[in-house]
Amino acid sequence: MLSIPFANLLTEPVGVAHYVTVGAILFICGALCMATKRNALGVLMGIELVLNGANLNFVAFGSRYLRDDANSLGLDGQLMALFVIVLAAAEAAVALAIALNFYNNHDSIDVDRADQLRG
Amino acid sequence: MDPASTLPILLMAAWLVPLASFVLIVLFGKYMGPHGKGAGYLSVLAIITSAIFSLIAMFGVWLPNHELPTSGHGDHNGAVSSATEESHAPTEHAAEHHETEHEYPNYSGDWYSLGEFGDLKITIGYYIDALTVAMFCMVSVIASCVHIYALGYMHDELHEPYIDHEVTLSSGEHLHRKGRFYRFFQYLSLFCFSMFGIVIAGNVAMVFVFWELVGICSYFLIGFYIERHSASAAANKAFLVTRVGDFGMLIGMMALWASVGTFAFGDMKNEQGEVTEKGLFSLLRPEEHHHHLAPPPGMIAEEERMFAGDPDGESVPAAVEEEHNTAGQWLLLIAGVGIFCGCVGKSAQFPLHVWLPDAMEGPTPVSALVHSATMVAAGVYLVGRFYPCFSPEALLVIAYVGCITLFIAATIAITATDIKRVLAYSTVSQLGYMMLSLGLGGWVAGMFHLITHAFFKGLLFLCSGSVIHAVHTNDMTYMGGLRKKMPITAYTMLIGCLAIIGAGFPLSVYGLSGYYSKDAIIEQAWSFASVNPQHAILKWAPVGGAFITAFYMFRLWYLTFAGKPRDEHRYDHAHESPRVMTGPLLVLAFFAIGIGWPIFHVNDLLEQGRPVGTLASTQGELLTNLTIPSEHDSHVPIIKQPAGIAAFSTALAGLLLASIIYLWRLLNPDELKESFKPLWGFLSNKWFFDELYDYVFVKPTLVVSHCAAWFDRNIIDSILHTAAAICRACSAVVDALFDQTVVDGTVNTFASGTWSLGLWLRRIQTGNLRQYVMFIVIGTVALFVTISIVQAYYIPTN
Repeated sequence: MLSIPFANLLTEPVGVAHYVTVGAILFICGALCMATKRNALGVLMGIELVLNGANLNFVAFGSRYLRDDANSLGLDGQLMALFVIVLAAAEAAVALAIALNFYNNHDSIDVDRADQLRG
Repeated sequence: MDPASTLPILLMAAWLVPLASFVLIVLFGKYMGPHGKGAGYLSVLAIITSAIFSLIAMFGVWLPNHELPTSGHGDHNGAVSSATEESHAPTEHAAEHHETEHEYPNYSGDWYSLGEFGDLKITIGYYIDALTVAMFCMVSVIASCVHIYALGYMHDELHEPYIDHEVTLSSGEHLHRKGRFYRFFQYLSLFCFSMFGIVIAGNVAMVFVFWELVGICSYFLIGFYIERHSASAAANKAFLVTRVGDFGMLIGMMALWASVGTFAFGDMKNEQGEVTEKGLFSLLRPEEHHHHLAPPPGMIAEEERMFAGDPDGESVPAAVEEEHNTAGQWLLLIAGVGIFCGCVGKSAQFPLHVWLPDAMEGPTPVSALVHSATMVAAGVYLVGRFYPCFSPEALLVIAYVGCITLFIAATIAITATDIKRVLAYSTVSQLGYMMLSLGLGGWVAGMFHLITHAFFKGLLFLCSGSVIHAVHTNDMTYMGGLRKKMPITAYTMLIGCLAIIGAGFPLSVYGLSGYYSKDAIIEQAWSFASVNPQHAILKWAPVGGAFITAFYMFRLWYLTFAGKPRDEHRYDHAHESPRVMTGPLLVLAFFAIGIGWPIFHVNDLLEQGRPVGTLASTQGELLTNLTIPSEHDSHVPIIKQPAGIAAFSTALAGLLLASIIYLWRLLNPDELKESFKPLWGFLSNKWFFDELYDYVFVKPTLVVSHCAAWFDRNIIDSILHTAAAICRACSAVVDALFDQTVVDGTVNTFASGTWSLGLWLRRIQTGNLRQYVMFIVIGTVALFVTISIVQAYYIPTN
């Protein structure tokens, strides 16, 4: 049963499903990275992966070439992606500052040691 | 100048200036100069302004516009300018019986309407006639003198702290308190404002309002030394006793209102001069009856309703029809006597005279003001103002009350040793004279005596204040010989004494002011007795009173100023008062000598103010053999000569007796006291009136209130306490059974549930970042799975 959708993907021309699949893989990689890395910088990289997976989804869903929608310019997704990139840049700046401070306090950037807010 | 428009404005200004001064002193009195000294000057300025306005109203507006009647009364066409002093002398003229009465002008109107309740209108209005203007001048001039005098007399209050030597605290020290100089003048200003309000008032309701204001002012001022027990008791006594009279006045007002339906004195006119609403005077003395007093139809109907006991008034019994000429007279009598009750309280007439002597606890300037221009004058003034509404029977009541008062008060004054108390009883006695005169039909005589008495009694009180200021005691037994130390006070007081006993050359026109007014009263009494022989006592009482007056006034003067000093220490420290105090004495002495002189036309001015219709002699309706004679009948020589001689000889006899006992010491006063001991004790205890009232009213009231207090404390309180205990027990049971178990249990369970839930939830918060990411992922996946399942199974596809 499982082989059917994959077979379709491999045989069909490139469409939304392909992009979404790549995005999903990126998302999962990012999530796993976040979940498994103890290094804070690794976690940040994971976040970037998740964001880029999401970006890919936006672009795919918005594109006129991928959706057979002749009436739109297909730039909606691009626009969303630009917003997310800007957001990611801002987030990275704040996160790196937090990481730096954390390092100053703990001589380490091991996120497992950052559990002072536990209940 | 048009008097109808200028008089109300001038008198309103004179009336309101003291109010402005009062308000300013209330608000800023403390900050006016050191210890509020400026407040005194402000108050003096205000009352002098009032006096100037009043005098402008008199000499600038009233006199130029209203030609004075000549004393001859008969020849009304005689020009005033041709009348010499001689022709003013009452002796020269025979009275004419059926002369035509002139209707002298009066101006009435409303300034402001306080409210209308059905037909009842309560307004601030004015009724101005010659009497109003004359009273305004008299009150403002005397009050000005008293205010200026008080600047000197109350000087002690400027010291900080003021030491009251008559109050000893429990620690044995004298009371130290702040000076209350400004407070004193604040009340004086309010007092003058209230008195002016009574004088200018245009309706009975407004009179009542200011009547009560005068009462409260006298309360404040009599109780000025509130820390002295005697002063606060006297203030209470004055307030309560006058309230008894005011109750009667309320009854009179109700009787009037219910039957006549208006409170206004005069007619309300519109701009064209047409009468829009009739006032009391024209309703009770309608023009078509030639201004004879006749109960209006409303009053007759009301009385028939009352006596027939038939609220619908459908069937009038035949008996009422028969005595139709007395219909309404009883109600008229009730209204008149009711209003007079208020005057009895205010003017300290028997049986409510007990408060006035106690009112001596106030500072002496207050006594002077209360006894001359304000307060007690208000009662006599109201009788005079309300005069057209008194039926002959009511007038007889007034006459008898006045007669009893003048005699009782005069006898008490013989034994009093407190200088101010002698004067107080003399005031009561003189007020009795005024009431007697009014009651006998002598309207002008009574009002004339009110004005002359105001001047010489104000003078006498200010003199006594000057003496007290010098020797620091009220008791005449510590005085004596002060003539040499304080000549101005002594001789001005001598003038006052001569004026009050009515000194003058008998049967001539020369004398002090009291001579004219007192002789006029005695003539009126004799004239009354000549037509009503059954009331002969009213003839002899004023003559006897004149004897006693002369005796006690000169006893006072001899004890104070003549002879040898009886207290050397006080004598040595005595000194003449400062000029701020002697100045007013000299001014008042001038008036005490001259205000009655025919050249000043006070008599003629008052003749102008005589209420229309009251000159004609009237017959009683209920007491048919009662005749109130016309006042002009008293000027016939057959009455005037014996009355004048009797008045003069009795006064002279009194003076001689006083000189024999107290000046020449031919009779020893102590031996006399010993030989007349029972009488002396009776008089010095003031006829036991205070004791009588104490036993009849105060003691029973106290017994009743003790019973009520016992009932309150034992019965009502125990009921309340039991109820409270029961209530507490019930709530304790409810508390134990319901509150502590059910309510508390619910709340506590809920709280502990929330607490344990929180404890459990806290375990999720591990602080582990990777775990959180796990949750996010699992959550996201779970969300998608849920949405997929819902979409697949629960949302129908088209």
